[in-house]
Formats: sequence, structure tokens, C-alpha cells
Amino acid sequence: MKDKIMHGLKSIGIPRLTIITLLIVIYIAAYVLKLDVAQLFSDNLVRMGMNGVLVLAMVPGILAGTGLNFGLPLGVICGIIGGLISIELNLTGLFGFVVAIVASIPLSILTGYYYGKLLNRVKGSEMMVGTYVGFSVVSLMCIAWLVMPFKSDAIRWPIGEGLRTTIALTDYYDKVLNDFMKFRVAGIDVPTGLLLFFFFMCFIVFLFLKSKTGLAMIATGSNNKFAKASGINVDKSRMIATVVSTILGAIGILVYAQSYGFFQLYTAPLMMGFAAVAAILLGGASAHNAKIFHVIFGVFIFQGLLLAALPVANVIFPQGNLSEIMRVVVQYGIILYALTKAGGGQ
Amino acid sequence: MKTKTRDLLTKNIVTIVFVILCILGIIASQQPLPFIFKELLTRVGRNTFLVLALIIPVIAGMGLNFGITIGAMAAQIVMIFAISYGATGFGGFMLCMVLSTPIAALFGYLTGVVLNKTIGQEMITSMILGFFANGLYQLLFLFLVGTVLPIGNEMYLIPGGVGVVNTIDLKGNLMYALDDLWSLKVPTVLIIAGAICTALLVWMQMKNKATQTKDQKKASYARIGMGLSLLVVGLVLNFTTNMYRFFDVPMITALFIILIAVFNIAIFKTKMGHDFRTVGQDKHIAHVSGVNVEKRRVLSIVISTVLAAWGQIIFLQNLGTLNTYGSHVQISTFAIAALLIGGASVTKATVGQAVLGVILFHTLFIVSPMAGKNLFGNAQVGEYFRTFIAYGVIGLSLGLHAWKTFAAQQRKDKIDLE
Repeated sequence: MKDKIMHGLKSIGIPRLTIITLLIVIYIAAYVLKLDVAQLFSDNLVRMGMNGVLVLAMVPGILAGTGLNFGLPLGVICGIIGGLISIELNLTGLFGFVVAIVASIPLSILTGYYYGKLLNRVKGSEMMVGTYVGFSVVSLMCIAWLVMPFKSDAIRWPIGEGLRTTIALTDYYDKVLNDFMKFRVAGIDVPTGLLLFFFFMCFIVFLFLKSKTGLAMIATGSNNKFAKASGINVDKSRMIATVVSTILGAIGILVYAQSYGFFQLYTAPLMMGFAAVAAILLGGASAHNAKIFHVIFGVFIFQGLLLAALPVANVIFPQGNLSEIMRVVVQYGIILYALTKAGGGQ
Repeated sequence: MKTKTRDLLTKNIVTIVFVILCILGIIASQQPLPFIFKELLTRVGRNTFLVLALIIPVIAGMGLNFGITIGAMAAQIVMIFAISYGATGFGGFMLCMVLSTPIAALFGYLTGVVLNKTIGQEMITSMILGFFANGLYQLLFLFLVGTVLPIGNEMYLIPGGVGVVNTIDLKGNLMYALDDLWSLKVPTVLIIAGAICTALLVWMQMKNKATQTKDQKKASYARIGMGLSLLVVGLVLNFTTNMYRFFDVPMITALFIILIAVFNIAIFKTKMGHDFRTVGQDKHIAHVSGVNVEKRRVLSIVISTVLAAWGQIIFLQNLGTLNTYGSHVQISTFAIAALLIGGASVTKATVGQAVLGVILFHTLFIVSPMAGKNLFGNAQVGEYFRTFIAYGVIGLSLGLHAWKTFAAQQRKDKIDLE
């Protein structure tokens, strides 16, 4: 029994255990400090649904052996473009949101295809190359945002050149998912639509992983040579994983934006990949293995930590931005931990 | 001959593209050449040292050390405390250099230990490690200073008494502490440099005369010619009316850069340098031939981190403002981009490439806002363009390298199979 517990603890890993304990301590502290815990928990649910799909985008890459997809900004940009097209067409509500998703998918397939092609050529360095491809594309898109031919007043600056840095969705599809069938129980607001959508996406990915293509993908990731020997086209599997990941990135940012109420252009997508990577790792995934459960659990505790730490830290230490510092340390600390665990070890 | 030219072109394609980009940029910006030259002079003095800090880990097979950010943090920690306790002038500058050394060495050691656990993924690890360290750095300056750690002057605290202010003005304490020690005008420097180079080259030619092949002789004469033309250009600038006569060259800063450049070259003539090279080429062979691979890898990162700390101090004394939470963030990106533009790769880098890269990268940096404005009617296009260049060249270079390694591995696998 004791051995079993020790083994369980070991498999969770000390950093994760620390973070989970920290989250519990913060929630207790919030209760002691007489903060509105129910409200905090509602916000936690919202943040979970809001970031969930972006985190879900990590799953195919990890399973297919391309590693942590630091190139997530590519999908994010496709999603933003889809969203802007929907605004340009002056579509509102759920319909506008759906059109945004539909418009972003062909773009993300195309982007994912070329990104996947690139990743197949740089086997072994996917993470580093992916990071810098993401950075390059984000900075190239900064120029593109300045010259894109969108006409809508909601998108362009009223005077001067280019698109706005933040684009408000108030008149379009702000919170369409959040407010869908929203209800309140025991002081907790449950964003039903948002959570349903997130779990629905999780379910789709789950089905995809159980399909023939998905199983081939997992085989590729777990043993390259074995997969090849059993007649699986390794490069194609990796390619499909990258395309799926990019599509999920695009849908993810649209879910994020409708909950947040804004699109953020220019340099905003630059570091988005890192937060998603950190969340899935906190949930228990590694650079080689991930489950849907890791996504749901990880995004819940990571976002919960970021959210709950802010008011608690502000009460205890009014000076200094302690919660932001904690975010940086936790986010990069867990990635670092996963990298050392994955280790090359020659 | 034809294949030779093509070889030369493909090998140096990145550098050639950037030379062309720089020329086009200069034309499009319509800025006067003396202005660009003056800016460039400042920026080369400011940045070259940092770029030189990257070379040893590259040779030791650890790739581009994104962890130089951590060295810069060590420098800034020391500088902020030193300034608050009243460090000024050259003495203050040297104090910062000395005090930052053990701290940077410790940080470098820790970085090296982590990188030894992630062989094959050193670059992404060093980058993430930089971000992680930045969190701890913020913890130190936003939270611990003023609560746990004392600071020499309350003036540097955020109103409320906890945390260090955003920007620290170096005017009156460390600004130009090194640059202003001794400076000479551009023509004088050219004349001196030209004379020394020519004399040295002629002496070498006399010494090697007997053993030279024809090609070596040609090359030697070409080098002497270059030295002489440096001298001639200096003389012409000195005795005609032009803007360049008024520009100062900070001699001591230049001396620091030359010293570190010589160090980077000389170290590879020693046993330690050979070990670095062996480890970089093949860890297994290095291990078999009795080199302590892990120790050498850590040492290369320690040296790099210490040099980065010194480089950051030189950088900041020239810049004149220390942005507590920002000055260090981008330096690894810019230094690495500069090195790569000079023609270096993940496995090869030389002092010459570093210097050339700094010149090209910063020329582009100077001209791109105006070029963007003239070409697109928007200076921001140029500014985004240069950020794109920095990220893009790193991405491209990493991609090409990974592709080559992967292709080589595949060829090897095929041979093994057969």
C-alpha cells in the first residue's frame, strides 16, 4: 500500500505536486481572507473553457512525436484571420462565431500542411525550429496587419494605417459560448456553452485518437521504426498531427477571444504557445505522452492558479506583482522540468 | 572555377543576402552616409562583445547559447546594487566587472548542469531557462529588494518602498565610463590600424617567404594591399574636408573587444580549446580519448555567461539607461541573429563572422525605419521588419541546420541497412 502511494506520488512528480498543493493553499487562503470563493471558482471555470482548446492543440503533436508544439501561434493567427473575416462580413452571434471557425479551417489546413512539411525535415529539433518559426511568422504578420485590406470600422483604426491592436467583439460574438445556457448554482456561474464546447472538442479529439488514423499517429510517436515496419507512413502521420494541432489552435483562439471579448493582434500571439504547453504539462503530460485528461486537469489547475493567486497575493502582499512573477516561474519551470525529464541522455 | 564560385555563393548565401539587403536599405532610407556610419560605430562598440560571448559554446557543440540572457541578468543585478551604493566612473565600471564575474560564473555553472541533462535540446532548454530565470530576476527586483534586501539609495525604489524602479538613469554614474576614457578620431584610428597591420603583414611575409606556395604568396600580398589601403583611406580622410574627421572611436572599448576576440582565437590553440572542439565534434570520441565531456560543456557555458555579463555592462555604459525589467530580455535574440547573419551556423562560428554580423545586422537596424517610411509610408513597417529579420534569420538557420543533420543521419541509416 505504502509502495503504491509512493509510486503514485513519484509518477505525479514533485513540481506538479507542489503546484497542486499551492492551488489548494491559495483557495483556502481565499476563503480565510473572506474573498468571494464562489466567484473565484466561476471565473476558474470560465478560464478553463477559454484556454482549453488551445491546450488541447498540444495533444496530437505530443502523441505523434513532434514534441511540444511551440509553433502554436501559427494556428492562433489563422484563427484570428478567420475571426476578422467574420467581422468584416458583419456577422453576429453564434452564426458569426461558426463562420469564423469555418473560415479559419482551410487556412489552418494550409498552414499546418507546410508547417508539417517543415517539421518532417527537421526531425529531432522540432521544438526549437517550431518556436522560431512561430516567432518569425508573428513578426511577419505584424507587417501584414498594417497592410491588410480589411474595410470594417471595427477592425481598422479610425485614422491612420492598419488594423487595431485590439478589436472589440461587443457587437459581434462576444461571449456567445459563455452565455449559452448559463446557469447559477450555489453562487457559482456555470458557463454551460463554453464548457460544453470544450468537452465536445475533447470528445472529437478522443474519437480521432481512437480512429485508424489516430492510432497510426500514436504508433508513430511511440516507436518510429516499429511504425514504419508495420506499414505506417510516418511522415504522413506526423503531418496529420500538425494539421490537426494547427486547426485546434485556430479554434482555440476563437473560443478564447469570444470569452475575452477582444482579438489581440500584432505581438500578442507571440508567447501564447508557452502557456498552453505549461498547462498540459502541469496536467501530467510529458514531451512524449499526453491524454485528454491531462488537458482538462492541466488547464483547470494552471488557469486556476493564475486566477486565484492574483486577488490572494494582492491582499497579502499589496506591493509588487507577485502573481505575475509566479506565473512566469511556474510556466517556464514546468516546461524546463519536462525538458530535463525527456532528456537526450546519449 | 565556376563550381568554386558557386560553392562560395551557396556557403555564404545568408551573408550575401544581407549585404544586398543592407545596400538596398541604405539607398531606400535616403539617410546621409556619415550619419549611418556614426550610428554604426556606436552600435558596433556597444554590441560586439556580447556577440563574441556566443562563440565558445558553438564550438563545444552546445549550439547557440540563448542563456546569455542569464549572464546579462548577473550584470544588471551587480550594476543596480553598485549604482545605488554610489559606484561611478571607471572605478565603478571595473567594480561591476569584477563583482559580476563570480555571480555570472555561478549562473553559468547552473545553466551548464541543466543543459547536460538535455543533450540534443540545449538551445530550447537554454531559451526556456532564460525565461525562467527572468521570473526569478523579477522576484528579486520587484519583491525582495526593499523587503528583505537593502538597497543603497531609496531613490531607486518604487514609491511604497518595495521593488526597484523601471528605469535607472546611468548619466552621472556609469554612462560612458569606458567609452570616454580615451578616444581618437576616425582617420587617426585608420592610420594607426593600417600602419600596424601593414607592418605586421610585411614582417610575416618576410619570415615565411622561403616556404610559401604561389597561392599563399598571392594571398599574403592581397592582405598587405588591404592593410595599405586602410592607411591610405585614413590619410585621405585626415587631409580632406569630410564629416568622418569628427567622429570619435572609443579606444579602450575597442581594446576590450580586441582582447576578447584574441582570447576567443587563442583558446583554441590550447589543450582546453582542443577539448572543446573534440567535444563539439563527437562526444563519444571525446569521452573515449579521456576528455571529461560533461565538465567541458559546463565550462564552455560558464565562460560564455561570464563574457555575456561583461558584454552587458559595456552595452549599458554606452546606452546610458538601464531598463531594470527589459534591458536583458532581447539580447540573446539580437546577438544570435547578428552572429548568424555574419555567416555562422549552429556548429561553426568565428570572430570574423561575429564582427561582420554585427556590422550588417545593425546597419539594417539603423536604416530600416526610414526605409520602411520611404517605401511604404509607414516607419512601423520597417521596425516590424527588423524584428522579423532577427527571428527569421534564427529560424531559417536552425531549420537549415536541423535539416542537414537529419539528412546526414538518414544517409547513415541507409548505409547501415545496406
